[in-house]
Amino acid sequence: MALDLVRIDDRLIHGQVVVGWGQPCEIGFLVLVDDAVAESEWEQELYRMGVPPEMDVFFDSVESAARRIGAYREDRRVGMLLTGDIETMERLIKAAPSIRAVTVGGIHHKPGRVARLRYVFLTPAEEAKLRGLMAAGVVVTAQDVPASAPLSLEDLLAGDGTG
Amino acid sequence: MSEAGAADARKAIVAGHGAFAEGALSAVAQITGLQERFIAFSNAGLGPGEIETRLREVLATTGATIIFTDLPAGSCTIAARRIAKERPDLVVVTGVALPTLLSFACGSDVAAAVEQGRKSMHVLEVPRGT
Repeated sequence: MALDLVRIDDRLIHGQVVVGWGQPCEIGFLVLVDDAVAESEWEQELYRMGVPPEMDVFFDSVESAARRIGAYREDRRVGMLLTGDIETMERLIKAAPSIRAVTVGGIHHKPGRVARLRYVFLTPAEEAKLRGLMAAGVVVTAQDVPASAPLSLEDLLAGDGTG
Repeated sequence: MSEAGAADARKAIVAGHGAFAEGALSAVAQITGLQERFIAFSNAGLGPGEIETRLREVLATTGATIIFTDLPAGSCTIAARRIAKERPDLVVVTGVALPTLLSFACGSDVAAAVEQGRKSMHVLEVPRGT
């Protein structure tokens, strides 16, 4: 049951995660995987501030997340693991190949990125990384909030930014 | 009114998800006509870096020194707190509701406006059998 939700979201912990997913899915803990945040108490306090007290937040580097993922899976509560970009998730999955499904929850516009969904913009290199994950057997979907239907990677990459 | 007795005339950004800010400020305008001190800001479609950059731009161009945000865990709050780390004069208020904005619009200082928002939350239950 635990750690059912593995999400790529450049906003990391924010409203959609804490409220949009947190309340209906009764999320009990979040795992934020980011090497820089894992080394900064100030960044950790920043992300922890808005999270309700009944929801635990754990901060990990890619290395420590891979080491602890077994313990997170054994946690009986519902958990969500977050990375802020595809590259970090790719590194994590290489280190923790037991992760078999990933949701793209939000990657916003930057120069070089093309709109695929309202909430997903990707560079060609990022698209290639997602295809690489799928080729390695990881199920990649896109879904911003629980109320919207998950989209396959094929549908995501065929999008024109309006979906 | 502020503790000093003078109305707080500082400009404020109202920042949040979707059309939250625009909608809240339309209500302020309808109720008080005192919306000029507010600037609406939406995070819709923006990544975290862009939210921070645009908030900095709005602060610079308007002279606002207060940011009201909708959610404590929201991306606008995260961006506002990053800016406030470098700007001790910047006040960030999270979880803002309409009564807080109305109180601030009418000249209350931030603390009093926040208290007004807190006091406006009620559960109104009809007694059974009535």
